[in-house]
Amino acid sequence: MAKPHITFHDSQPAKAYGLLAWLHIDLPLLLSLLMLVGVGLTILFSAGDEEMILLQKQLVRLGFGFTVMVILAQIHPDNFRRWSPWLYGLGILFLISVILFGELGKGAQRWLDLGFVRFQPSEMFKLTLPMVIAWYLAEKRLPPSPSRLITAALFTIIPVLLIAKQPDLGTALLVGSGGAFALFLAGISWRLIFIAGALMAAMGPLAWYLMHDYQRQRVLTFLNPESDPLGTGYHIIQSKIAIGSGGISGKGWLNGTQSHLEFLPERHTDFIFAVISEEFGLVGIIALLILYLFIILRGLYIASQAQDTFGRILAGALSLIFFVYLFVNAGMVTGLLPVVGVPLPLISYGGTSLVTILASFGMLMSIQTHKKLLPT
Amino acid sequence: MPQSSIKDYLHESQLFLGRAIVSSILVIIALGVLVGRLFFLQVENHEHFTTLSQDNRVKLEPLPPTRGLIFDRNGTILAQNLPAYSLEIVPEKTKDLQTTIDRLSEIITISEDDIQRFHRLRKQRRRFDSIPIRVRLQEEEVARIAIHRHRFPGVDVKATLLRDYPQGVQTAHLLGYVGRINEKELLQIDTSNYSGTDFIGKNGVEKSYESMLHGQVGLQQVEVNAKGRVLRVLENQPPQPGDNLQLFLDMELQSTALEALGEYNGAVVAMDIETGGVLTLVSKPGYNPNLFVDGISSKAYRALESSLDNPLFNRAIRGQYPPGSTVKPFIGLAGLEYDVVGFHQETYCPGYYQLPGKEHKYRDWKKWGHGKVDMHQAIVQSCDVYYYELARTLGIDRLHEFLTGFGFGIPSKVDLDGELSGLMPSRDWKQSKRREPWYPGETLIVGIGQGYFLATPLQLASATATLANRGHRIRPRVVATIESPDKVKRESPKIEDVLHQLDPEHWNQVISAMTDVVEGQRGTARSIRSNEYRIAGKTGTAQVFSVKQDEEYDEENTAKRKRDHALFIAFAPVESPKIAIAVVVENGGHGGSVAAPIARKVMDSYLLKNQQDQ
Repeated sequence: MAKPHITFHDSQPAKAYGLLAWLHIDLPLLLSLLMLVGVGLTILFSAGDEEMILLQKQLVRLGFGFTVMVILAQIHPDNFRRWSPWLYGLGILFLISVILFGELGKGAQRWLDLGFVRFQPSEMFKLTLPMVIAWYLAEKRLPPSPSRLITAALFTIIPVLLIAKQPDLGTALLVGSGGAFALFLAGISWRLIFIAGALMAAMGPLAWYLMHDYQRQRVLTFLNPESDPLGTGYHIIQSKIAIGSGGISGKGWLNGTQSHLEFLPERHTDFIFAVISEEFGLVGIIALLILYLFIILRGLYIASQAQDTFGRILAGALSLIFFVYLFVNAGMVTGLLPVVGVPLPLISYGGTSLVTILASFGMLMSIQTHKKLLPT
Repeated sequence: MPQSSIKDYLHESQLFLGRAIVSSILVIIALGVLVGRLFFLQVENHEHFTTLSQDNRVKLEPLPPTRGLIFDRNGTILAQNLPAYSLEIVPEKTKDLQTTIDRLSEIITISEDDIQRFHRLRKQRRRFDSIPIRVRLQEEEVARIAIHRHRFPGVDVKATLLRDYPQGVQTAHLLGYVGRINEKELLQIDTSNYSGTDFIGKNGVEKSYESMLHGQVGLQQVEVNAKGRVLRVLENQPPQPGDNLQLFLDMELQSTALEALGEYNGAVVAMDIETGGVLTLVSKPGYNPNLFVDGISSKAYRALESSLDNPLFNRAIRGQYPPGSTVKPFIGLAGLEYDVVGFHQETYCPGYYQLPGKEHKYRDWKKWGHGKVDMHQAIVQSCDVYYYELARTLGIDRLHEFLTGFGFGIPSKVDLDGELSGLMPSRDWKQSKRREPWYPGETLIVGIGQGYFLATPLQLASATATLANRGHRIRPRVVATIESPDKVKRESPKIEDVLHQLDPEHWNQVISAMTDVVEGQRGTARSIRSNEYRIAGKTGTAQVFSVKQDEEYDEENTAKRKRDHALFIAFAPVESPKIAIAVVVENGGHGGSVAAPIARKVMDSYLLKNQQDQ
């Protein structure tokens, strides 16, 4: 290989496609996201008892989310990198203030009221944790040295513990997985991965000890949902009935008896996956999973095409967090995993996670579209 | 840029690419697991979950049948079902039961009794059952609840049919009443047929004919949501209402009899001689059966139960009284039939009787005696001494055999629950129950219907009807016809139990004597003689407590409850008997003066009205 001559200059990628390129939009990602959102709204109409008001609210949130996505896509990834440590530090401050002054909702302290806006600081860590780890690890050569690795692990553990204490197991899980994916993508050795896995398994009993009663109940119910069919096991039993009775081709749109007769709880939020399975059957749900898979693989492709370590790690981690959303939600609804409050990404009714997820796709697009021309 | 950094760059890039590929593979594997899980749920176990889903949404709801109506012989309604609103609570659906009740009582009146009954019922039911807290709501109360309905989850106003007895106290003992099914009854009934039914016959006709009155439960398949609210009916199998019953009872006679008893407690039973149909069955005092339908308050129940007058006790079929002199015609017949005495054979009555070689004096009610009496006079004037002698001659074995033939001491098998059999004593009975031999003196007492001898008013009426029928013993029955919902009528069976084949002349002789009890100059019931038709009867007086030897029985000073019971049996018209009657007036004193006029009024009401009709 001859000595390459590399020039750095900001310019548009050679293959540009008009307005979208100018707007830094990744077309395959945008189209698949729009399709997913369209499916989501269709299902929400059915799951939400055909209430237009529900759809309107969700549309407003989606509009906001997509706006955030487009705005973030305009920002150069270098800026994300620069902001990373500051955003992270601010986030930790927010988390501590939530514990000190936060508002209670559903038995957990998650919300922070800043006077002009109420938000969940834990939510922003789904973005800032991968950012800060990507920023930290990208400073030195990879794979990271053991000491840097420990520092990066601490970056992960501190917010995860703070979030778990709120308690918000679902978000803690997502944030933690974000950190873990970032480290995995950074190329830590397989040996370390196995040791970490073993440590995690050993921590199980300790986690049990630290859990709140309702969390323990969820785990127990997961292990044997029939033990409490009218209490905590009700969700899982009803959701399995909804999915199972859907069969291969489903009961048809708006014809799901489990959901329309109100047997299925939280059917337009966390358990909307069961509504899709009931009404569209195995065929419909596989089609949906393929759409999700496409988005995840597109994200990983963008990551692999990124020009610098920061972009790669960040894009990869964000894509994998999106997958964890999907898997944890679907796993919970199908009874593979215990019930943790994780929504089905971009389909479940609800605001916060929707905006976070679209923001992460904005960052992915930014990484994909702000490339420096490389000599071939 | 130094070369090493470019190497690093390539190395890092490749390292990342490797990890990204591994990640992609893991993602695909994980989604594969998910699809496998979905395949397991949606394909392999599809039928299982489809069944569960059907179970979830389709509920089988019982439709309780409407209880059959009860009429008297003239079509007067005796038991019906009236719509009523009740306020019901499903305990499971309330957040806090006590608060719910407290707040409800701010809107409508809920008494202590209501709350007590609610908690009593709650213990018997399941948590998701709807339990009434208030019954018979006023329309205004229903409206007030409707306004505040949203504040009370698990509380609902239900429209139900409540059993109603328009004749109230008059038919209480005959009809009985329905009440809420209790735990004991729950074990005996076919629970699926009663799945929508709250009430069951507790006694009287309501209990005896429960299976016919109840009907067959209907079912409807309904689609419900998770909250149990019915969204639509998928399938409907209507319930089959219970059978309507027409009784032999004549409501007019019933009121007449009750009214005629006046201040006294007692029982009146009148039977149609040809059919055995019970025309009147009065037990006084009674109670208001409507109080029992939705659960009587414990205070009201205690008051009824502890009353010395025993209003809950059905004297007509459960009251066991010494029949007294009313048995004399039957024992006379026995004497004639066993040929131990001639009808005109005379016995001297000095006012007392002594067994040979014994000191004890068996008294006649007439202190100075009746003088020379034959059987006719012994019946007309009710001479005790004549019957002491006759009973002694017959002996307890023949007395027992003959009187059992008239139904004394055995259940009449009337179609009413709970009748008692009275007591016709015998040597065997005394040996097994008292572990004592039979003493000759006891035979004498049986001869005048005292001692161990006990009979219910129904048994007396039935025996009188048998006598009027000259031995044809028709089983008494309350229900005449049973009408199924499709208007098919079935007659209740007429059953002839035992045929007493006696010499026709003996019947004539005894009946002529009984006729003179009313018609004769010296008859003990001559005061009730009628110009319209002829009555054959026999008075009786039953001692409530025994008068000691050498002690005077002072009617005036004996406390009311210790006074003798007055009895009277009769049938009429003598020539072609239609009605037989037995009257027992507790602590009434003399049969002739107190009990007989009651019988006359009832017979007047029956026979004279029939005459007008014809």
